[in-house]
Amino acid sequence: MILVVARAATTTDAFNAVAEPRRRQILDVLSDGEHPVNDLVALLDLAQPLVSKHLRVLREVGLVEVRDEGRQRMYRVNGRPLKPIHDWVKNYEESWSQRFDRLDVVLEELKETEGRDDND
Amino acid sequence: MTTTSGSAVVTLPTDTQILITREFDAPRHLVFKAWTTPELIKRWWAGDRGEVTTAEVDLRVGGTWRYVMTANGGFEVAFHGEYREVVPNERVVSSEVFEAFPDAEAVVTYTFTERDGRTTLTILVQHPNQETRDAHINSGMEGGMNEAMDHLEQVALSLR
Repeated sequence: MILVVARAATTTDAFNAVAEPRRRQILDVLSDGEHPVNDLVALLDLAQPLVSKHLRVLREVGLVEVRDEGRQRMYRVNGRPLKPIHDWVKNYEESWSQRFDRLDVVLEELKETEGRDDND
Repeated sequence: MTTTSGSAVVTLPTDTQILITREFDAPRHLVFKAWTTPELIKRWWAGDRGEVTTAEVDLRVGGTWRYVMTANGGFEVAFHGEYREVVPNERVVSSEVFEAFPDAEAVVTYTFTERDGRTTLTILVQHPNQETRDAHINSGMEGGMNEAMDHLEQVALSLR
């Protein structure tokens, strides 16, 4: 059943974790490579505690990984938890593409019919 | 032969929305006609997934629509809704209910934009809340592959 699927808590569900726009921004920044938290604070113009809070949620769902480098903690993206979402969108896209391909055929006929009518 | 105009692009602009975009090699009055004429809808709406058995369209504000298809698996899939905005050849806003789950109503905005004889169709599906949309999306990720495909089929159709 579709609508009775239990809603996962934000902290255990990658999809819900990326529903928050700020967290998507953080992932965007990290997509070009590792950054310390200070970079994120500067680039996103957000208070450090807020950035840390978002990073914690992203780490809990596995979307962000961290390692220590000297005194800094370096954050990087791990895209694997997003694959089910990507796959779902791909499937959804495919079913729409099938539908649109059939519409293309209908439109070609309408164009031909209209062209004939214009020439009559 | 038909001109391939590109594939559908699906994005998730906000936590309650799905946006589908597709360009067609035809002027928008024809895309609009194919999109809103029952005998034409019957030819494309089911895609490769079955046969459309009913396509009712009362295209005016307050008018209703209802589409039914018999899917390849033999089961029936039905949707209905009410038109909230109708601007011929430009824009249609309608509610949409997947009849298997009548409590979850989406609002869908169809926009037809023409440029150089080609038409871009955008379909913005607004779910009532994130839970409804997430439930659709998450459900396809669970269970065996067949079950997942069944869900995806329902999901895809329910979001039309």
